[in-house]
Amino acid sequence: MHTAFATLAERSRGAAAGVYEYFSLAARATRALFSRPFYGRDILIQLDRIGVASLPIMAFTGLVTGLVLALQSEDELERFGALNYMGNIVGASMVREIGPVMGSLAFAGRVASGIAAELGSMRVTEQIDALQSFGTDPIKKLVKPRLLAGIIMLPALTILMDLIGILGGMLMALGDEGVPADVFLRGARTAFGLGGVLAGFMPRDFVMGLLKPAVFGGAITLTGSYYGLHATGGADAVGRATTRAVVVSSMLIFGLDYFLTQLLMVLLYNQQI
Amino acid sequence: MSAADQHQRPIREELRQDEQLETTAIAVEKPKIIELQDVWLAFDHPVLCGVDLHVHEGETLLILGESGSGKSTILKIILRLLLPDRGTVRVFGQEITGLSFEEVLRIRRRIGMVFQSSALFDSLTIYENVAYPVRENTDLDEYEIERIVREKLLFVDLDPDQVMDQLPAELSGGMRKRVGIARAIANNPEVVLYDEPTAGLDPLAVDTIIRLIRKLQSELGVTSVLVTHDLRSGFRVASRVNLLRDGRMVFDGTPEDMVASEDPYIQAYLSLS
Repeated sequence: MHTAFATLAERSRGAAAGVYEYFSLAARATRALFSRPFYGRDILIQLDRIGVASLPIMAFTGLVTGLVLALQSEDELERFGALNYMGNIVGASMVREIGPVMGSLAFAGRVASGIAAELGSMRVTEQIDALQSFGTDPIKKLVKPRLLAGIIMLPALTILMDLIGILGGMLMALGDEGVPADVFLRGARTAFGLGGVLAGFMPRDFVMGLLKPAVFGGAITLTGSYYGLHATGGADAVGRATTRAVVVSSMLIFGLDYFLTQLLMVLLYNQQI
Repeated sequence: MSAADQHQRPIREELRQDEQLETTAIAVEKPKIIELQDVWLAFDHPVLCGVDLHVHEGETLLILGESGSGKSTILKIILRLLLPDRGTVRVFGQEITGLSFEEVLRIRRRIGMVFQSSALFDSLTIYENVAYPVRENTDLDEYEIERIVREKLLFVDLDPDQVMDQLPAELSGGMRKRVGIARAIANNPEVVLYDEPTAGLDPLAVDTIIRLIRKLQSELGVTSVLVTHDLRSGFRVASRVNLLRDGRMVFDGTPEDMVASEDPYIQAYLSLS
């Protein structure tokens, strides 16, 4: 019994230290975003590797999500004679919630694992020690470009994914139920405006759908970096770091989604919690 | 004659023939540029328990010890890649444990490190690897950087035109080690730290590395700290030897003193190495 408590206490201390180190890394990486050197070439490389190279998986996720959304909603809408509203449902769902969350999960599977594996293998082969020995700050050289790429590219990819998802929904509606494309698209456009606009032109739903992936992109790249930088040992340590990075990123996406939705409801829609 | 005596005889003979030892007397009269006093460090278990160590300008200190005795840890403490739990670490006359990150970077720029695994950046070409510390710490133009890279590759007996565009994975272990040395000296450091520079190499490659270390001593006059299991190679370059046991230094003297020591542990260590 005593041993069980001791083990529990030890693990709790380890978990608390891990959380502290994670937030320390987040703070240092955020500070690094605004300090020299900027490593422009590394940022461009990461924008390409993290962002552009994620295009196929994001497009595929968007297309399938749009198809499934339309497929799932058509029976219910048909029962109420409301098939012409399918565009509203698919559009609102994609932009507000499903696009950012599903896209971020797909992005996390590819990017968090890739970052953790790359930095983890650099850690265990002493390449990060070598960087430090040359006077390089690994946070600025390795974490900053990845963090920046996540924050910039995930919202951009989410816009694209939303569009492809809506297109997928439109194809399903057209092919399965004969809903005209212009009716579907008009419904989707109307759905954008339901939450009202900011600054006279920016739909609130769209803003929410962009702010969430920006935060998720930061959390995913930071989590991958954290587990990569903290890998110790050999190949098995890199494997463990990769798995943990994906699991924790996915959990963070769901947790942050809840809190961000609450926060943005207040900030963007002036709703009381 | 005991088995240990039989084994030690060739080492003694090698030592007598080795002109390198002539530098010992000169080196010890020069100022101490690295000094560790009462250094303690523990991870899951104690690693260093009150280590005292000093390195004079121009000398080559060999640190010996069993696997896991903390030899490489000492090198990382000198570079302040690790902070000791207790004790004083002075490098170039400055106590480094309390320095800011920027101040530490200035110290690191005066030290080169050759890593056990070479730690070459595997995504960069050999040219980019050797150029890295120069780019990171100077504002030299590309023409001048290429001149330095070529000079350093030639110094380690590699043909620049043959290897510059290759990736580290395309080179043999010995060639990678030589590139590691070229990279470590790219900024003309005053001190070079070697972590197991001959580990895993064939005898010819070992001989090449040892010749390079001696060339660095004689032609560039760099101060060296060498950690190795390879006693024979270590004795060929060392002007002084420290032996680490159970987290403490148990011997400090010349290679000849060590071979002549009556201490049972040292005798056993020499006979089994």
